[in-house]
Amino acid sequence: MTRLDDRAGPSEIGVAGYNFAYLDEQTKRMIRRTILKAVAIPGYQVAFGSREMPLAYGWGTGGMQITAAIVGSDDTLKVIDQGADDTTNAVSIRRFFNRTAGVAMTERTAAASVIQTRHRIPETPLRDDQILVYQVPMPEPLRYLEPRETETQKMHALSEYGVMHVKLYEDIARHGRITTSYDYPVLVNGRYVMAPSPIPKFDNPKMDRMPALQLFGAGREKRIYAVPPYTPVKSLDFEDHPFSIDRQPQNCDLCGSHESFLDEIVTDDAGGRLYVCSDTDYCRERREAGGVMSRSAAE
Amino acid sequence: MSALAKGLAQDGEQPLLTVRDVSRYYGARLGCRDISFDLWPGEVLGIVGESGSGKSTLLNCLSGKLEPSGGEVVYETRHEGPLDVYRASEARRRLLLRTDWGFVHQNPRDGLRMAVSAGANVGERLMAVGDRHYGNIRAAATDWLGRVEIAADRLDDRPTAFSGGMQQRLQIARVLVTKPRLVFMDEPTGGLDVSVQARLLDLLRGLVRDLGLAAIVVTHDLAVVRLLAHRLLVMKDGEVVEHGLTDRVLDDPQHPYTQLLVSSVLPP
Repeated sequence: MTRLDDRAGPSEIGVAGYNFAYLDEQTKRMIRRTILKAVAIPGYQVAFGSREMPLAYGWGTGGMQITAAIVGSDDTLKVIDQGADDTTNAVSIRRFFNRTAGVAMTERTAAASVIQTRHRIPETPLRDDQILVYQVPMPEPLRYLEPRETETQKMHALSEYGVMHVKLYEDIARHGRITTSYDYPVLVNGRYVMAPSPIPKFDNPKMDRMPALQLFGAGREKRIYAVPPYTPVKSLDFEDHPFSIDRQPQNCDLCGSHESFLDEIVTDDAGGRLYVCSDTDYCRERREAGGVMSRSAAE
Repeated sequence: MSALAKGLAQDGEQPLLTVRDVSRYYGARLGCRDISFDLWPGEVLGIVGESGSGKSTLLNCLSGKLEPSGGEVVYETRHEGPLDVYRASEARRRLLLRTDWGFVHQNPRDGLRMAVSAGANVGERLMAVGDRHYGNIRAAATDWLGRVEIAADRLDDRPTAFSGGMQQRLQIARVLVTKPRLVFMDEPTGGLDVSVQARLLDLLRGLVRDLGLAAIVVTHDLAVVRLLAHRLLVMKDGEVVEHGLTDRVLDDPQHPYTQLLVSSVLPP
């Protein structure tokens, strides 16, 4: 694979016999119509005719279909998996769009116009000319408490969301605090309860009134939903147990950030640990800007 | 029948539930036919009959779960006057079901969430009507467990760890926490042994009296209705064959079927 920031024109890189961005134009139009409806009803899960993608379900087929439908030849795409640009899922999806669409790729959050993500929101605040596409494994926040699809649809329609708090109650009763730490349910625009995909709840506050458009695609479950720019997104909580995020006590060992979400990396079998930003682009930019010297370099 | 019922009602009071000509067919087969009665506030109505006589069909029709093929069910709401249960919007009906009404299932597993603690089970209806204060919800749950004679230290246990009788009492606490005015019970003592049954009936009788609840109890156990119900409907083949005050019906049965039913009870 070429360097990510090497730009190549579609003619050089497109795969012969495939349409631009893999999906045929009719499918893309169908997905765009679904997205428009999803944007019009923030947080509402719109069913769509999810297609087979040349990737297994669970690898981001929903997000890929959205990206394929909205990406244009003048877009710049960034793909992250758990915040990192160089993990398996990110690399394979980026390679897919590099070959089928030939659009410009970047690792820099600020330079991207479309960002497809799995499990994280970038640390760098997004702008209103950017689109964040989430890969969603399980779009239905009520599913664990109500197995029937007909019933969950009715509960959404009638705003019967008391049962969401049963889960949070159970957390507090068992552990003394709300221990749900990812895919933390949110109320969008005061109406629909939505699963924000398995992002850490650390990222939940970033969704609130975000300037960028947020699109969510679930390929296996055949659902698309959206949070339009500047839409209020409230994490569910109790009055006497308000929503709070878990902040690690450590700083990033590479860039020294105490703001970002950290990954713990076990370095040896003697208890050695390294804490690094899960957002690799954010970490690198801080180091390049002459932030704190890394610990490994200091040693 | 209303003449009988009026004896229990105070002047100027409206019936809580007015049932007129309720019928339910499953295709060509009959579930229940032309059932009419009034239920007054604070009154307990028993519905007895053998298996397949349409008791459960009628109860489901009354409780907003199964739309009747004909007839109407009108509920006198607290502040908004009479409400035709099946002409109201589904949202209104479901709100009614989880606030002003309660349904106690024969099998507690149908009415409980087995995967969450007893406290969450009792608190669910409070959260469903908008209570968002953990401390208050927990205090209410503790209070209600006490009222149904479940020890407070079982608050965080799951119902799977409870005995059958405790599960049934937990289900009752879960229903009563929103202070409903009308409770539907489908064989509330089914599947319990007699000593546990007796305690549960005792508890139910106390709760009904203290809270001024109206209740409709479906059962095939005549001993249960004798203890709980003020009035009795006897059903056979989807129709009401006899009705009246419980003691009158049980001690002086008029209809041949009721006579058979009463004489079939095994003396202990």
